[in-house]
Amino acid sequence: MSDHNIESRINGAVYKKTVPARRTLADFLRQDCNLTGTHIGCEHGVCGACTVIVDGVAVRSCLMLAVQADGADVRTVEGVASQDGTLHRVQQVLHEEHGLQCGFCTPGFVMTLVSLVERGDNVSEEEMKAALSGHICRCTGYQGILRAVKKLATQNTTAKA
Amino acid sequence: MKPAAFDYVVATSTDDAVSRLAEFGEDARVIAGGQSLVPMLALRLARPSVLVDINRIAELAGTKAEGSSLRIGAMTRQNTIMQDALVGKHAPALAAATRLVGHHQTRNRGTIGGSIALGEPASEYPATAVALGAQIELRSKGGTRTIPARDFYEAAYTTAIKTGEMIHAVHFPHWPQGTAMAVDEIARRPGDFALTGIVVALAIDAGGKITRAGIGWFGMAQTPCVAVQAEKALVGQSAAKLDIPAIAALAVADTEPWDDIHATVAYRRIVGGRLAARVIKKAVAMKGIA
Ligand code: FES
Ligand code: FES
Repeated sequence: MSDHNIESRINGAVYKKTVPARRTLADFLRQDCNLTGTHIGCEHGVCGACTVIVDGVAVRSCLMLAVQADGADVRTVEGVASQDGTLHRVQQVLHEEHGLQCGFCTPGFVMTLVSLVERGDNVSEEEMKAALSGHICRCTGYQGILRAVKKLATQNTTAKA
Repeated sequence: MKPAAFDYVVATSTDDAVSRLAEFGEDARVIAGGQSLVPMLALRLARPSVLVDINRIAELAGTKAEGSSLRIGAMTRQNTIMQDALVGKHAPALAAATRLVGHHQTRNRGTIGGSIALGEPASEYPATAVALGAQIELRSKGGTRTIPARDFYEAAYTTAIKTGEMIHAVHFPHWPQGTAMAVDEIARRPGDFALTGIVVALAIDAGGKITRAGIGWFGMAQTPCVAVQAEKALVGQSAAKLDIPAIAALAVADTEPWDDIHATVAYRRIVGGRLAARVIKKAVAMKGIA
C-alpha cells in the first residue's frame, strides 16, 4: 500500500514518479512512462516479451518492482535504434532474416540480444541461442530468429578478424 | 494478474533487515531476486502485507573461500555463481546446476538465497546443497544459527526458517582433491521445472577408490532427497568397476515421487533411474577437482 518516489534513467532520460509498491517495472514503463514498446505477455515470468536491460543485463520487467528500479539505468526497445532511425544491428538482422511476424515477442528478443552483443566479448552463437530459450514466439517458428543469431555471430567473428 | 497491495521497505543492512523482520512478524516476506516471489504475488499465491527488500545490502553478495568451506552470500545472483572462479574450483556441481536454473534473464536477478529458501521440490539449488552437504546460515535479530541443508527441508516450500529469520549465506564444504561432480535433469523445455534431476559428487582417491559420495535428487520427492543407500554402497568401491545400474536402482529406492499432469510416479522412477546411471557414469569418467 506504500507509495514511493523513484527516479530512474530510462533510455538516457530521467523519470521521476511516485509509484505504489506493487507496480511492476513493466507496468511502470508502459503506464507511467508511456513507453509501450515493452510488451506484457504472461505477467509472471514465462514468456520473455517484457525483457528490458537494467544496469547492463537483460531482465524480465514483469518480475521486478518499479520501486526496485529506483536509481537504476534502464534501456527499453525505444532506446535501441539511433536517433535518426537507423536500426541497431540486432534489429537489422532480425529484419533481414524475417525474424518477426506479428512483432509481439520481438522487443523481448531484441533486448536480450542487444544486452549480449553489446557486452563486448564476442558472444557466441551458442550462448545467444541458450539465452533465447527464455523467450516464446508464437509466430515465426524461430527459424528466422536463429538465422539472425547466426548472422550476428558471424558479424562478431568478422569484426574481430 | 497484478499483485495485491503491500507495503515495501528497503533494508539498508543485514541488521536493518532482521530488525524489520522482527518488527513485522509473520506477514513480512523477504524479497531477494524475486524471480519466484513476484510470480507468486502476481498469481496471488502469496499475499504478504510487507516486503523487506535485501537487494541493496552489498554485504550479502559474493563468494569467499573460508578455511574448509566456500561461503556464498544469500544475495549472490545465479549468473554470478555460474561464472565465479571459486565456485568452479570448489563446487563445480553448483555451477553446472546453475545452467539449469530458469533462464539467462531470470538468472540475472535470481539469487542462491532465494532459491534455497523457497524449497521448490523440483529446483536445482536445494538438491545441490543437500548432495554436497552444505550448511545454511540463518540470521535473525537474536543472532546467527547454522543448520545442515540435509535437515533444512521439511516439506514442499517448507523449511526450517522461522519467522524473523533470513538466509545470510550458504556454506559449501570443500570436497577432497579428485572429487568428480555431475548434474543433469529431464525437463520438457529448457528452463522448465525438472521432471526428475540428480546431483552426484564422488570423492575418488589416487587409487581409484570412492572415499565419499553425495547424491541429491530434485523433482523426486516433496523435498530434495538424499540417496542415502546409494551413497553408502558407493563408499569403498572402485570407481572403474561400479555396477552402475544397481547403484542407480538403489538411488531410486530412496525417492518418493508423485503423480501430476507432467509425469507419473512410474515415469519419474524409470527415467530417474536412467538419468542417475547416466550422471554417475559421467562423474566416474570426469577429471576431478584440483
Ligand atoms: S510478461 Fe514478463 S515474462 Fe511474460
Ligand atoms: S512474431 Fe509474433 S509472437 Fe513472435
